[in-house]
Amino acid sequence: MIKKGDNKQDILLVGVGGQGIILASDIMGEAALAMGLDVKKTDTLGMAQRGGSVTSHLRMGQAVYAPLISPQGADILLAFEKLEAVRWVNYIRPDGIVIINNHAIPPLSISLGMSVYPTDEAINKSFLQRTNKILMVEGSRETAQLGDVRMLNIFMLGYLSKLSPIKITDYLWKKSLSERLPAKILDINIRAFERGQEAAASVNI
Amino acid sequence: MTKSKKLLSGNESIALGAYQAGVQVAAAYPGTPSTEILETIATYKDVYAEWSTNEKVAMEVGLGASYAGVRTLVSMKHVGLNVAADPFMAAATTGVHGGLVVISADDPGIHSSQGEQDNRHFARMARVPMLEPTDSQEAYDFIPLAFEISEKYDTPVLFRITTRVAHSKSVVEVDESRARPPRDKHFQHNIEKYVMLPSNARTRVPQMHKRIAELMEFAETTSINRIIDGKDSPGIITGGVGYQYAREAFPDATFLKLGMIYPLPPRLLHNFTAKVKRSFVVEELDPFLEESIKILGIPVEGKAYIPRAGELNSLAVYDAGVKAGIEAKTERITDVKAVTDLPGRPPLLCPGCPHSAAFFVLNTLGQRTKKLDVSGRSTNETNLIITGDIGCYTLGAYLPLRAMDTTACMGASIGQAIGIEKAGVSSKVIAVIGDSTFLHSGITGIVDAVYNDSKITVLVLDNGTTAMTGHQDHPGTGITAQGITTKAVDIEKLVRGIGVKDVQVINAFDVKAVRSGIKSALDKDELSVVIVRGNCAVKNKRRKNQRQVNAGVCNNCDVCLRIGCSAIQKQDGKVHIDVYSCMGDECGICEQICPKHAIGPLS
Repeated sequence: MIKKGDNKQDILLVGVGGQGIILASDIMGEAALAMGLDVKKTDTLGMAQRGGSVTSHLRMGQAVYAPLISPQGADILLAFEKLEAVRWVNYIRPDGIVIINNHAIPPLSISLGMSVYPTDEAINKSFLQRTNKILMVEGSRETAQLGDVRMLNIFMLGYLSKLSPIKITDYLWKKSLSERLPAKILDINIRAFERGQEAAASVNI
Repeated sequence: MTKSKKLLSGNESIALGAYQAGVQVAAAYPGTPSTEILETIATYKDVYAEWSTNEKVAMEVGLGASYAGVRTLVSMKHVGLNVAADPFMAAATTGVHGGLVVISADDPGIHSSQGEQDNRHFARMARVPMLEPTDSQEAYDFIPLAFEISEKYDTPVLFRITTRVAHSKSVVEVDESRARPPRDKHFQHNIEKYVMLPSNARTRVPQMHKRIAELMEFAETTSINRIIDGKDSPGIITGGVGYQYAREAFPDATFLKLGMIYPLPPRLLHNFTAKVKRSFVVEELDPFLEESIKILGIPVEGKAYIPRAGELNSLAVYDAGVKAGIEAKTERITDVKAVTDLPGRPPLLCPGCPHSAAFFVLNTLGQRTKKLDVSGRSTNETNLIITGDIGCYTLGAYLPLRAMDTTACMGASIGQAIGIEKAGVSSKVIAVIGDSTFLHSGITGIVDAVYNDSKITVLVLDNGTTAMTGHQDHPGTGITAQGITTKAVDIEKLVRGIGVKDVQVINAFDVKAVRSGIKSALDKDELSVVIVRGNCAVKNKRRKNQRQVNAGVCNNCDVCLRIGCSAIQKQDGKVHIDVYSCMGDECGICEQICPKHAIGPLS
């Protein structure tokens, strides 16, 4: 296998266009740079503005070469949608961490009756081939309670911040958030971030 | 110190590097993955930056600016260079005055293009030098060098990037002390250099060969071609993003890292391969380096093991090394996949898209849901032949709309429609093209249709922007790349001026009007143009009165699902509309087509 450098973290963020995935990886990338790490990130959007699969590869460490995470290489899969999560099962490294927002956005083919959405059991089984560190998170529900599901990305970052071995300080997280978010929605987003952190507080893996 | 570390994309780094190198004129047509280069340059107020009508015009603007003595950047995607090939070859022949750097952004893996091509071949064909960075830092550092080479060797420089350099962000040490050189503009009359009559062009050609010979010497010693010492096997020769994958897969190898991809340095290559046991070329797409090195009589390997199509990644390069026997076979983790079949999630037209009603109408007029096989193939001729073009609206080919029969390249829909009609088919033929694409290269097709008395219908889907690449302005919007209000080209007047008699302009969200407009155009036995106009949904910020389904009235006929709107979903046998994505009053298409009148504003 490819040797992995010290302290290297590969985080694959996946979901559906419009969920704020690229902004989330930008915010974490900027924060990691501010703490002195080498950072590379690349996004795959396909063609449409909204509604298609979106992936962001975020790589951090002492020295990062490739922009893409390789199959079997992701330390953490941060999935904003369940179907998109399981699409990337082969990218999780053995014993890696899978964080899934417990929310389904059925693609059009399901509405048209041409395909079937995978069951939670199938999703779980798929990941168990690689790891048993599978965390279902109520991100959409929690952010709806906070008033706007568009803060899902920031909630998920808060959750991730507690589980990632790269320990970015709260100060740097908030600095990065404030640099990338409009001032009028900053406070509520910081609440979403903290709510994410609280949701991860009891997790023990 | 005036240095600071920033996380920048390759495209942003090129723009900043060019700005600091003194670029005065920049021209481009949007195209993934190149678009952000010009977008970034346009923010510098002391540079002239334009969205050109198309890549050919961009190259010509660039060439003129270079002749006038200023440093100039022209950027485009890989297929854009096909469009610009004619002036590019001319630029290669005349040479330059102010430095001229041409960015070609290739798209391995075809993320957002009609095809995969390796534009490194253009450098050899045009006999121009080519540089290729491997990350943002190099993109930033190589650009000033590219301008210097251009001016010193009297040649345009091809600067090739690929998606994972253009669209990856990596750390750049920005040097704020780089001084922007002063503008030195003057055009010098020089017929032998600038007027390519055959007699003059003939004298230029030997100079092109001479400059490549000189550049070969430059390549021997330039610091962007360098050796990274390691173990004596394997020796890896690489350039572009392939270097990054190879470095990760084989961290202990010895590398010859080439920043200048054409021309290559023969002595350096000989010396490098002589000191390692086995030489392996790692490059994305074609064996461009491999074949160029083999021609020098140097034995190297590469594409026998490394995939030729699509993007590479570190694991693919590692696996190739194991297959080639340059890496000891170690325990390999077995690949896994989901335990169940996964539905795809193809890109879709957005909720509230102004193209939706037109495609819904084309689908129903052509009876395409009934007559066409789900597989996308059919032995029968369709009732209505729909030639398509490049833009968001190409997505009209997908289910459930299925309203497109062809897509080739920018502007091709109109010429293809003429050809299909002239071949003598019995069906009506309609070309579908967006506003930006029409202005890019649809106009000459219309001229052809008028001149040759074609009977086709041309549907111009006018959403007032270049949407697919991220909403750039174009000649029809009346706003320049730098945000200045200017004259807008009026598509209706333009096609009337060319000589089209039957021209209609229709509101894109009025389904009845779209249907009767297209139908009347198709029914007539003459050339017609139907402009379907409505604002792009993504630019539409006002959302009110989102629609909902009255479950008591809905009889589950599923007609609304045939719009292909992602806000309209069916779960557990019930249709509902997602309030977060519905555009409400800005659209209203589903409400108009519901046979049971079961859809209305949210109560």
